[in-house]
Amino acid sequence: MGKRSVIPFGPQHPVLPEPIHLDLVIEDEKVIEAVPSIGFVHRGLESLVEKKDFNEMTYVVERTCGICSFMHGMGYCESLEHIMNVEVPDRGKFLRTIWCELSRMHSHLLWLGLLADAFGFESLFYQCWRMREKILDIFELTTGGRCIFSVNKIGGVLKDIEPDMMRTILSVLDDMEKEILTIKKTFLEDYTVESRLKNIGVLTKQQAHDLGCVGPFGRASGLDIDMRKRGYAAYPYIDFEPITSDIGDSYARCYVRISELFQSIDIIRQASSKMPSGDISVPVKGNPEGEYFMRVEQPRGEAIYYVKANGTKFLDRMRVRTPTFANLPGMLETLKGADLADVPLLVLTIDPCISCTER
Amino acid sequence: MAKVKRSPWLLHYDGSSCNGCDIEVLACLTPVYDVERFGVVNTGDPMQADILLITGGINTQNQEVVRQLYNQMPRPKVVVAVGVCACTGGVFKECYNILGGADTTIPVDIYVPGCAARPQAIIDGVVKAVELFQQRSDEHEAMIKEKRRNKKGE
Repeated sequence: MGKRSVIPFGPQHPVLPEPIHLDLVIEDEKVIEAVPSIGFVHRGLESLVEKKDFNEMTYVVERTCGICSFMHGMGYCESLEHIMNVEVPDRGKFLRTIWCELSRMHSHLLWLGLLADAFGFESLFYQCWRMREKILDIFELTTGGRCIFSVNKIGGVLKDIEPDMMRTILSVLDDMEKEILTIKKTFLEDYTVESRLKNIGVLTKQQAHDLGCVGPFGRASGLDIDMRKRGYAAYPYIDFEPITSDIGDSYARCYVRISELFQSIDIIRQASSKMPSGDISVPVKGNPEGEYFMRVEQPRGEAIYYVKANGTKFLDRMRVRTPTFANLPGMLETLKGADLADVPLLVLTIDPCISCTER
Repeated sequence: MAKVKRSPWLLHYDGSSCNGCDIEVLACLTPVYDVERFGVVNTGDPMQADILLITGGINTQNQEVVRQLYNQMPRPKVVVAVGVCACTGGVFKECYNILGGADTTIPVDIYVPGCAARPQAIIDGVVKAVELFQQRSDEHEAMIKEKRRNKKGE
């Protein structure tokens, strides 16, 4: 038996864009146990409901996370719309779907880039981030913002996508589809990449189910869960199937996310062809009273919003359960028995979003 | 921009930001915006860094980490606060766990506003930081020469 030692990993580490601290108990080169300590990004965002009214909270909730900012805002708005019995116009719902899927593409491309960086493939990292800039250009074209674009409001959206804008978006996506095909080939067929991803961090379907994994991380282990199928925004009108894989290793997680890029392009095409004309939002009057539990599929998995309102303009409680929080136990499970060199890769495979988790 | 003699190395730390500014800082390092054309290289090691980019406000948990990173950096050094949260605390200023901007803990030289700060603004801030760094390293060198001269004189 080798000598046991503890290696601290983080909070400041070259591979981590965000601070998380892991104490890795290692024996020779194998990780025996990983003990996380979090709280470096905790701001106390939920407590702001006491100081900001429910309309202003939309902008605060969007700043939970800069990557899936649109979906955070949407989840919060939809839960308040349910409490206040507001029906969003169909065009507003379709616009939300389009921005959701663009956010998903932007997040997945970002993740693929970081993954390539984690296994030392610098040029692939740059390629992914170059493609991601095109999505950010679309955000800038349609909303004026790049990361946080605050187009949600309770009762709909603030900006419309004009038909010629829509044509530009679709032509950009056509080009992107071809480019993603080329990086798909590198990610899934290159033997050096395969040697870093295959059979690394295997999580079986049973384990994933027991640990409550969500999103692409769970789907890569064969869990067929996708909150979009529950039908919020315009997803009931759109035809798609969740992408799953039963292998459960890092390669499968990469495969699921790359396939979801194509799925997102397909959803945007469907949404743009089915999008009706009309209003994009309805005016909302009065204060909310009641409570609601909303589930949204984010790029990282299922996020839950709980909103409790008491009839005044300040909410009683707003709670977010983020996908990374659900995936952390799964990540710690995959770290057990891994090589020390694979730790950055395995931490990345759940696509951790620490600022969502700690808020 | 003044001619830069050396290539300053850059260290990025996420205070308690929402990721928005972090991904914009990373976007600056990728080919579309590319701060490497100013000779700036991203590093993960505070011991080798010259410019510290801080995103997000300071909270009780990360205050020590930020202070430690700053102290580990060799002199001369420049600190850039990226985004409105790092400047003042921003939208989270009223949160119970936020002490304020980065200047509550370490001296900040350059403030880059925006939520999230745009890559163009960040590059502007970094270029200013490079100039400041050049100026400081010249002063630092002059100081060392002066010390040596005094020693010889004794």
